[in-house]
Amino acid sequence: MSDKAPIVEMRKISKTFPGVRALSDVDFRLYMGEVHAIMGQNGAGKSTLVKVLTGVYKQDSGEVLLEGKPIKPDSPLAAQKLGINTVYQEVNLCLNLSVAENIFIGKEPMKLGRIDWKTMNRKAAEVLARLNITVDVTRTLSSYSIAVQQMVAIARVLDSSAKVLILDEPTSSLDDSEVEQLFKVIRKLRDEGLAILFITHFLDQTYQISDRITILKNGDFVGEYKTDQLPRIELITKMLGKELSEFSYSTNNEDKAKASAKARKDISAVLQVKNLGLEGSIEPFDLDLYQGDVLGLAGLLGSGRTETARLLFGIDSADQGDIFIKGKKSSISSPRHAMMAGIGFCSEDRKNEGIFAELSIRENIILALQARRGVLKYISMKKQLEIAEDLIKSLGIKTPSAASEAKQLSGGNQQKVMLARWLATNPIVLILDEPTRGIDVGAKLEIMEQILNLSREGLGVIFISSEFEEVLRCSTKISVLKDKAMIAELNGEEMTESGIMRTIAGGR
Amino acid sequence: MAWWKYVSSRKIFWPLVALAVLMAFNLFFTPKFFRIEVKEGHLYGNVIDIIKNSAPIMLLAIGLTLVIATKGIDISVGSIVAISAGVVAMLLGGDLLGVPKYPIWIAMGTAILVSVLAGMWNGMLVSRIGMQPIIATLILSVAGRGIAMVTTNALIVWLYIKPFRIYGQGYLLGLPFSLYIIAVLLILTALVTRRTALGLFIEAVGINPTAARFAGINAKNIIFGVYAFSGFCAGISGLIVCSTVMSADGNNAGAGYELSAILAVVLGGTSLNGGKFYLLGSMVGALIVQTLTTTIYAFGVPPEIAQVVIALVVLVISLLQSGKFRTMIAGFFGKRELAI
Repeated sequence: MSDKAPIVEMRKISKTFPGVRALSDVDFRLYMGEVHAIMGQNGAGKSTLVKVLTGVYKQDSGEVLLEGKPIKPDSPLAAQKLGINTVYQEVNLCLNLSVAENIFIGKEPMKLGRIDWKTMNRKAAEVLARLNITVDVTRTLSSYSIAVQQMVAIARVLDSSAKVLILDEPTSSLDDSEVEQLFKVIRKLRDEGLAILFITHFLDQTYQISDRITILKNGDFVGEYKTDQLPRIELITKMLGKELSEFSYSTNNEDKAKASAKARKDISAVLQVKNLGLEGSIEPFDLDLYQGDVLGLAGLLGSGRTETARLLFGIDSADQGDIFIKGKKSSISSPRHAMMAGIGFCSEDRKNEGIFAELSIRENIILALQARRGVLKYISMKKQLEIAEDLIKSLGIKTPSAASEAKQLSGGNQQKVMLARWLATNPIVLILDEPTRGIDVGAKLEIMEQILNLSREGLGVIFISSEFEEVLRCSTKISVLKDKAMIAELNGEEMTESGIMRTIAGGR
Repeated sequence: MAWWKYVSSRKIFWPLVALAVLMAFNLFFTPKFFRIEVKEGHLYGNVIDIIKNSAPIMLLAIGLTLVIATKGIDISVGSIVAISAGVVAMLLGGDLLGVPKYPIWIAMGTAILVSVLAGMWNGMLVSRIGMQPIIATLILSVAGRGIAMVTTNALIVWLYIKPFRIYGQGYLLGLPFSLYIIAVLLILTALVTRRTALGLFIEAVGINPTAARFAGINAKNIIFGVYAFSGFCAGISGLIVCSTVMSADGNNAGAGYELSAILAVVLGGTSLNGGKFYLLGSMVGALIVQTLTTTIYAFGVPPEIAQVVIALVVLVISLLQSGKFRTMIAGFFGKRELAI
């Protein structure tokens, strides 16, 4: 395809932020009728590059060409006018408006000075039909699934002038069938001649959908490859800049099972749950967690994984059943109770339920510990710094200092800050809901490594992930969930990907 | 330029600059503005007046700073000022010979207690019932006027009790007595919020209430507490207002103060979006608001357009404080220099 001229060409783009060189001399080419994936670890410069293209940032040097002509968009709106459209990871739509209103917001068809609802609804249905979606466009957006919302977000930016479509992590909150649906749409748009830039952390999806891959590492351009000529293992090595064997670790389930069986003889359960349930949220379940256990919760989207965590952490109050911590019955009716009883919880929704963006990393880390000690027993600044710096070092949080605002960190590092917050409280049980969501491969491995380390030190961990592979790697045993119920516990040799899937497929 | 970066990145810097500019303006254009005379052992002059007159707003601003830090707002403080003034006037009584009905400390204590109750009412509506702060406090803002009228039987009560004058009109060591009250309350508030974890918790709740709850912070109690405290501050403010004019007017006492106080807090650098708060900044903000008013009148701007001028100056100050605006301006001038 190199005989075609690229529709977008970025040449020798460099961008420096105070203290960080985010991009240095990065090249990037995007062709019509192709899906192009940018891959790289956190901090590789993926989002900076995209933000230069979409006019959020201005590059320090280098130039951007659109159809051979240099462009300098100074805002996302200006980029949009040039035909460069972005659909962001967090869908920025108005849930309380209708589907049609969301598609046409800001560009409503007018008639006699009023909105022409009829035309608007008809056109909205047409645009969605192009994406193979048939929904009632007059209903509010909130009545549809995230997948449909994502399509609406795409529909919104698709008009005749669209040349480039940038999809930033569009699949992170979709389940498999929804991803497939989205991919169909992407392929259709690609075949219609749109140039699509696809950003994701999922390797599988990259290989399913992309035609071309550009790899960045620490702000440097590593290379541009045809997807079918780049084996996965090479992609990973190029992204990480190290050999795979360097970060392999024990995934021998037998060893782990033995170890935990041995430990169980002289260690009592740290967390026991009997018949805990909440009508409409999750059916009653039992659970035993021993010191050093990593209990994986595996299940499809909507199977009740997060609901289980919310009950255990007291966010939702159970309407039946008991929780025992270290053999003692504990009534947990709020996160505060759960924390005081020794449970920690990292939410899957880092941005809204975890990180305090404007507080410093130090403050983010000591907050739970401080809440546990109470408002009056203020941890001295010296001690705070000590705790924070210890954890920054031991978890490998990449930041210039503990005083930096948390919002300056990348997703993976924010996740580590959340982990640090709970580790500072020295918990008995730590619940991690999708701790690896939205972060790159390298950070994922680091976080999983940390989880294993913690369990070795005697912490009881409950690990939730939508990726079975991760659950299998980390867990000493696995509870399988399906349709808001815990349907089986897998141990030892049963713990395989096919074992989980068979369990889900076969029911009880 | 490292020192400049450090200094200009402090939140207190831009409010202080604004205040300094206002002062400098007076230095050149309103003679006598900085003249301070000693009369009867007290200091007199425009500057002293500014401090004295801004006292009620400063007190309100202390409480409001914390409320706004939790991403709340309290627009009932003006009415609570009237309630506090009404209660203290009712309990002291309008005896022409200056004999109080009840001891002064009981009257003042009761007024503050009632104000705290009013604040707790706000706090309950916001934190327990989950009402939006502006609506919750609007209720008391309206109802509070009525309550204040009831306390004074819808009359303007005049007080003749000499010892009560000190809080609003008195002097200590040459300085207005109210200044000491502010200083004490400010220092106590700063100590309680910064030497304990309270300040951090308030900021955390303001930045991300859900995350705060998930980190084990009792967000409801914090929110309840800041509204109660705002009521407390408004109560003290009401005492000073009453003492300054030695009367209680349910209709007009403290009217519009809530807006001046909110303005003071915002000028001081605390964002209405909640989060980081700056008590000292709020005090500077209150001084800016009062200096502005005094300047306008001292400069001889006709009263009928004074409010418009004040509004314009506030607009300019707000723009100057916005980092985004400053970057824009810098960019504008930067380009022009290149063009030349």
